[in-house]
Amino acid sequence: MVEHGDIRVVHRGGSKINSREPVVTNDSRFLLCASGERVKVFSTSTEECVHDLRGHTDLVTGVLLRPTNHLQVYSCSVDGTVRLWDFTDGILIKVQTCSWLMFDIVCMCVCAELFQLVAVHLPQSGDQLVEAQELSAVLSNVSSNPAATGFGRGVRAPPLRSPNAPPGAITYPKTDKDNKKGGKNTLMCIACHPKDDCIATGHEDGKIRLWRNFNHKKEYTYTTLHWHHNAVSSLRFTPEGTNLLSGGLESVLVQWRYNQESERDFLPRLGSAITHIAVSPDGTLFCTSHSDNKITIIQSCVKVSAVIQGLVNGESVRTDLMVDPRSKSLVLNGKPGHLQFYSLQRDKLLYNLDIVQQEYIHELGLQQFEVVKVAFDAPGNWMATVEERKPKAAEPEINLKLWAFDEQTQSFVLNTTVSAPHEAQITSMCFSQAADGQTSMLVSASEDGHFKAWQLPRSAYEGPSWSCDFVGDYRGLAPQCCCFSADGSLLAVSFQEVVTVWSPASWELLTTLSQPPKAIRDLCFGRLGCSKYLMGTTASNLLCCWNLLTCSLEWSTSMDVSLLLSDPLTENMAAFCCQAESTDLFVFKPSEPRPVASLKAVCSGKVTRAVFAPREEMLESCEESSQWLNRSQLYFLTQHMLLQSPAHVLPSTSVLCSMFVESLLVSVADGRSVVHEHLVHVFLNNSHSDHLCLTLNVSQQNTHRL
Amino acid sequence: MASFKPTKIQVYPKLGEKVTQDTLYWKNYKAPVQIKEFGAITSIDFSPVAPHNFAVTAFTRIHIYGPFSQEPVKTLTRFKDTAYCGRFRSDGQLLVAGCEDSVVRLFDVSGKAALRMFRGHTKAVHVTDFTSDRYQILTGSDDYTCRLWDIPNATELNSYREHTDYVRCGVTSKLNRDLFITGSYDHTLKLFDARADKSVMTMDHGQPVESLLLYPSEGLLVSAGGRHVKVWDLLKGGQPLVSMKNHHKTVTCLCLSSNGQRLLSASLDRHVKVYNTTNYKVVHNFDYAASILSLALAPNDESIVAGMTNSILSIKHRKSPEESAEVSGQQRRTPSYRVFVKGKNYAPKQDDYLVSKPVKQHLAKYDKQLRTFNVSNSLDTALATWTRLRKPEITVAVIKELDRRGTLKNALAGRDEQWLARLLNFLIGNLVDPRFAAVLAPAAEMILDVYRRVVGQSPLVDRQLLRLQELLEREIDYQQDLLEVLGMLDTLFASSLPRLEVPHPGTSRANGLGAVTSKKR
Repeated sequence: MVEHGDIRVVHRGGSKINSREPVVTNDSRFLLCASGERVKVFSTSTEECVHDLRGHTDLVTGVLLRPTNHLQVYSCSVDGTVRLWDFTDGILIKVQTCSWLMFDIVCMCVCAELFQLVAVHLPQSGDQLVEAQELSAVLSNVSSNPAATGFGRGVRAPPLRSPNAPPGAITYPKTDKDNKKGGKNTLMCIACHPKDDCIATGHEDGKIRLWRNFNHKKEYTYTTLHWHHNAVSSLRFTPEGTNLLSGGLESVLVQWRYNQESERDFLPRLGSAITHIAVSPDGTLFCTSHSDNKITIIQSCVKVSAVIQGLVNGESVRTDLMVDPRSKSLVLNGKPGHLQFYSLQRDKLLYNLDIVQQEYIHELGLQQFEVVKVAFDAPGNWMATVEERKPKAAEPEINLKLWAFDEQTQSFVLNTTVSAPHEAQITSMCFSQAADGQTSMLVSASEDGHFKAWQLPRSAYEGPSWSCDFVGDYRGLAPQCCCFSADGSLLAVSFQEVVTVWSPASWELLTTLSQPPKAIRDLCFGRLGCSKYLMGTTASNLLCCWNLLTCSLEWSTSMDVSLLLSDPLTENMAAFCCQAESTDLFVFKPSEPRPVASLKAVCSGKVTRAVFAPREEMLESCEESSQWLNRSQLYFLTQHMLLQSPAHVLPSTSVLCSMFVESLLVSVADGRSVVHEHLVHVFLNNSHSDHLCLTLNVSQQNTHRL
Repeated sequence: MASFKPTKIQVYPKLGEKVTQDTLYWKNYKAPVQIKEFGAITSIDFSPVAPHNFAVTAFTRIHIYGPFSQEPVKTLTRFKDTAYCGRFRSDGQLLVAGCEDSVVRLFDVSGKAALRMFRGHTKAVHVTDFTSDRYQILTGSDDYTCRLWDIPNATELNSYREHTDYVRCGVTSKLNRDLFITGSYDHTLKLFDARADKSVMTMDHGQPVESLLLYPSEGLLVSAGGRHVKVWDLLKGGQPLVSMKNHHKTVTCLCLSSNGQRLLSASLDRHVKVYNTTNYKVVHNFDYAASILSLALAPNDESIVAGMTNSILSIKHRKSPEESAEVSGQQRRTPSYRVFVKGKNYAPKQDDYLVSKPVKQHLAKYDKQLRTFNVSNSLDTALATWTRLRKPEITVAVIKELDRRGTLKNALAGRDEQWLARLLNFLIGNLVDPRFAAVLAPAAEMILDVYRRVVGQSPLVDRQLLRLQELLEREIDYQQDLLEVLGMLDTLFASSLPRLEVPHPGTSRANGLGAVTSKKR
């Protein structure tokens, strides 16, 4: 058995860049954004990541330029520190710990979701490590949404000094309105005019209200602007105060003229819902972050000049994790209707491929096409995708698309579309692994009780297109998994508890294997030397290995395998077993029931998707326990959307260490992770002292202590 | 900022029109070259030797054209009246032609004046041919006789008076110098042997015979007369093999493709039909502008030449491989389009400065309306008369797109009687079409939901709703019938399948915990 220390799991890349609004530097050359535990510095012209400011040990929750020195930036994090960076050189200048604060955050976040606005005085000191103890409460019971807190730049009263300043005033109309109308006008976001006495609020019903006359003792007035049909998620005034920018789910950036609100400019089809809007200090660049982990840089509301795209991670990855055999990139669901090709080596999105090729309507509650299955053939010449749309009343619409790799454009080009390939949902799809690589065959299994083989006949008249070659069924049962043997001579299809083995050459049913009483969950053929073995897992927690030469069970063991997959480059197979909230990983060869390596408690929660990705260069590890990682790496996604991979701790290989990106990927949509989100948010007022205003998550008791 | 993705119009396979090898082969000709002759073109004959000139007999002249020339390379004009049936000898040196004035003339292809004149017929000579030994000429005339002539002496060798009406067609055997066949308006075909004094075989065609054709093997004879084309087996004593009736007017001419696999027949109904000679099914069809009197194929099918009653000679040349590849790649565009794309394929030179221009996206009208969320207007556009009648797939695609956007109900609601009647009309026409049913059936339900309240207020709409109901009932009955037939077929197939024994694993070892379940059929 293996010691635990040899191999460990690291978080690999793909962190969110849209959790907080990005910051554009004064010279508009750089864009700073919080990305997991780091702050990333992007160039606004080339879209490249220039620096990676590392140091925080937990999620970064706010980034802000230092007003007194525009080449420095503050960042704050859940770990309770505020750090000051020089972003041009990527150097850490100062760390301000609020250890006391940190304690509070950690213990209170569990019991109540209460947020408080506090001001932190950052002491001027030469030391790198400074402890900031001075805290003053500004406002309690603020919204957890950082967009719902705004700071005015009032001419007369700096907001932080007077407690009746704008932040207090905004909460007032909010509660007032709620009581009066009780409609869907929950406050979503807020923006203060830089010069005038005016506050804009965005509401859930899509209306924007402009409030005036706050600083005077007179009764305030408001006007309503309505264009958005869904909630306004972000509002921002331009630095000169001439325009108001708003964005929401419609993914349209709307520019309102201040005082001439009937005149609007639109920038439509930005791809997905706008979550934040930022404007550069000189007003030339607008940045919008989007829900699909993307930042768009827009030049003066007319032209998209750059797009910084991170790994898209929707609510759930419907497709399996796949590795493109050509680019060795990870392939999974991207933005709606797209597939993303993500380079694991460089932690960078290579490109998005539009699968559905239909205009995406940004509207809540609309059933849209989703890519649910992807398969690649062994040399990477063909890709098959299945997209599905389930209207409420009608039958589901399914399209099977086959894509050919085009050498000229280095991308996939649509070759064949089969509409309604099956009558019901497609459960599994795989390409034949034929060694000659000439004739590809695709098999799709569906809940309608049939599995179909698709082939590419060379037709003389037009270009080759795929057509159905064979339709198979077995006793009217619904097929669940299908799998081709390594040489493509056998096809195994599981029908409930029965595995049927077919010959693709003659479409003859060769034999059936079964292991009652429960249905087969996963099927996998052995590779290379173990290609005579067929592995299967059943719902009754059994891992079985059949020998296809004798057509009999070789061995079986009782374990709750949630996921079984084989390494295409070696004989190894990996099985993830879910036991009591944590997942164990076993690596074994089908020829013997003894695991080659086992890792206890690789992560908490269930592993939903995993893939073996080939390494760029082979490692020379002679240790038996870690040899299985020599040729490929294992990546997996857990329920909490963590992209992780087990790796060796090898100090000698510096290349490897630099890739140990310890960034977390937490999805906002996931209710479980809200705890980590929105904990601390940093704002800085425009006074000259280094005061920071933090939104804290504290309970009532702590308010008293503060 | 991504551009608007236009609505996808589903491409359905065209029903009934199948692209076969034959269609590709016979469509692979260029646009015809048309030459005006002086009168109706009664005969076309290709020279058997390269460069395969062809002689065109029209009115009082015979023009000889080169394979690619549009001007005659030679003209024979020494006829006093209408010339008939200009035929080349097998060496391509001599040409014989009959005439309305009953004189048969023999020409040297290089000369102008007739080498020999054969006088003896009393009426117009419509049939002339050389025998296979090249020294004799067969002629057939309106005086009911056919004669054999000796070329060196210009004397008549024999005369056969067996036909009882005009002799209008005849062929000589290419294998035997003594055999020839004539066809006459007395409905008969007669096979003559020059060694005997009378016919050795008589076949009854049933109609006045217009044209005759011998297969290269000379076992089969094809005759055309009236609307029928008939094939006779000469080796079985003139037994009729096939009778084809594919034209709706008199068939005037027959010819065989160069490989002998396809038979072509031309008719006064302006069509040329191509038959497969193994099953005698029509595999292709050509249309011409006027009634065709004569048709000939160049060796290797390099060109198809047809002569018509309006004295136009149409020559179609086969496309060269590069031309055919080019045309299949892109369809022909109008000249205005070509002006529009002028300079598009200009390759920039090395020191050229490239100014990029944004490509303007061209959208259909309904797409423009969809882009601005004008759902009702886009449905109006898609239901415009031309689109609705000619391209129902566009209308259906727009309805589908509206349904996907969840706005179909809004687009359908609030319409007047006329509009609703138009929509129902469209539904009645296309609802049962299997290509559109999946989209239109939910749409029809939605229409009924929306306009449930106003049923009974408009007689026009009510009438159409009744029609729709009737249509659906009929369709349901039809589907039920089909399912019944399917069930019957399943039973038949199941009983006719051999009982397959599923191969059990050879060893009797237990397969794990459970036994092998065998597949029963």
